[in-house]
Amino acid sequence: MTSAVALDHATIQIGGRSVLADASFSINQGEFIGVLGPNGAGKTTLMRAILGLLPPSAGTLRVFARAPQRGDPAIGYLPQVRTVLPDLRVRGLDFIASSMHGERWGLPSLSQTDRVMIEATLDAVGARDLANRPISDMSGGERQRLLLAQALIGSPKLLLLDEPLISLDAHHQEVAIDVVRKVCRERGITVLFSAHELNQLLGTLDRVLYLGNGKAVLGTVDEVITAPVLSALYGTEIQVVRAEGHIFVMSRGRDVESSDHLHDHLHDHGHGGHDHHHH
Amino acid sequence: MDMVVTTTIITDMFAYEFMNNAFAAAGIVAVVSGIVGYFLVMRGQTFAGHALSHIGFAGATGAGLIGLAPLWGLLGFTLAAGIVMGALSERISNRDIAIGIVLSLALGFGLLFLHYYTSFATQATALLFGNVLAVDHTMIATLAVLAVITLAALAAIMRPLIFASLQPELAEAKGVPLRFVSTAFLAIVALAVSECAQIVGVLLVFTLMVGPPAAAQRVTTGLWSGLMLSATFALAEAWLGITLAYHTDWPVSFCIAVLSALGYFACLAMPARGRRSPAGRAN
Repeated sequence: MTSAVALDHATIQIGGRSVLADASFSINQGEFIGVLGPNGAGKTTLMRAILGLLPPSAGTLRVFARAPQRGDPAIGYLPQVRTVLPDLRVRGLDFIASSMHGERWGLPSLSQTDRVMIEATLDAVGARDLANRPISDMSGGERQRLLLAQALIGSPKLLLLDEPLISLDAHHQEVAIDVVRKVCRERGITVLFSAHELNQLLGTLDRVLYLGNGKAVLGTVDEVITAPVLSALYGTEIQVVRAEGHIFVMSRGRDVESSDHLHDHLHDHGHGGHDHHHH
Repeated sequence: MDMVVTTTIITDMFAYEFMNNAFAAAGIVAVVSGIVGYFLVMRGQTFAGHALSHIGFAGATGAGLIGLAPLWGLLGFTLAAGIVMGALSERISNRDIAIGIVLSLALGFGLLFLHYYTSFATQATALLFGNVLAVDHTMIATLAVLAVITLAALAAIMRPLIFASLQPELAEAKGVPLRFVSTAFLAIVALAVSECAQIVGVLLVFTLMVGPPAAAQRVTTGLWSGLMLSATFALAEAWLGITLAYHTDWPVSFCIAVLSALGYFACLAMPARGRRSPAGRAN
């Protein structure tokens, strides 16, 4: 079976900075991949490259054995930055409908088939009642669910979820993970799920893709979440502490996942780091 | 008996050609304004629409200075400004401030042009507040052609425009040329503003381009129902405004402005719909 996403010595740059340098890894079809790493490590950039918005400057990137194509219907995408105008009185159905063939010119249309497909997808994520409610009346969790339903429209084979847990409370985070796991397992969809927190995803993910310092390491949690691997990715000494089924990634006694300050600090230092010795 | 009185009042009104012209021109413009304005409100760009009309004032007075009809100056300036605003939009980090400064500058230029062409000053009020009762057949024909162009252009970009307005990040990923769409939309707004200014004046374009769509969006959350309602509100407010003005001798633009505000606040006061609608109910 061909890989869902395969990088072969790929370098991806933004503004002259290598976000990924000479990275090679291969994600199998149907895998649930947790994408982790400090802020600025390139989680969003990798997804944009897979979407065909940012071609690699060296090496190759293959999505289902082809070069990435902008607008690929095989990919469902939930962007990290999600503009929702504060007083948007558009109902959920029309919101999702806007994304269906939204790149075509002319008048919008909503066929009976489209409507049935939208309602079926809303059902799948348990959000049928959002079809007729305006976005402005929805809670953060409900909007997230609507966006997730939208990403699933058109039966994608690959789902790119960029920080889908941000701005959700703990309960809704768990619900979101459960919904993604259930739907994607049923349909055999490959998932790249980027997050700040590893522990919530432990029971769900097949493998972890950890990004940092221009490098990427793909493997099981036991292979990747280790002091030597993460120390190389963060470019600083990292301890991994396991306690009661949880894993804590610490730097000098502080939890790096919950410390944004440290992320920024590491991010700033990541600019100059171009040592490619660790894969 | 009420019926007879009403009928007499209406037939009486249409005995004048200028009233017929006013209804025709206001009807054309109201429909265009209601429809284009719906997207202006959806995109949260009402301030840009306001700015375009002010920039148009400089164009209209400038056209007067060189002997052209104000409409062409209005069109030329708003179109150019709309395209520039669309092209620059991502580079101007704080758009409201930049737009505000440019619109003040444009009004200043409008004043300067008036200063040098003093006999034109009598038309300043008409430009600022509209003069629908002075519309002639040529103007109606011009407005009709402009309306067809405006609506055709909007229809051509409507699908990607909605996608780009609601979800720009996803639209970009799916291949929508965001900058082109936003620039084309502002050019369409420029056309609509120029038409609208012929009826209610550059200072009151909000009454037809923002009031009706904002009211419509309070009442319905569907796309097509919202567009239809917005156009209907604009049309009703324009025609009722002219009727009211005819019977009270108040300025038409004042009547339309009052109706627009009343319509908006009445819809705002209505209980919000769709909060807990039963599952399965469509539309």
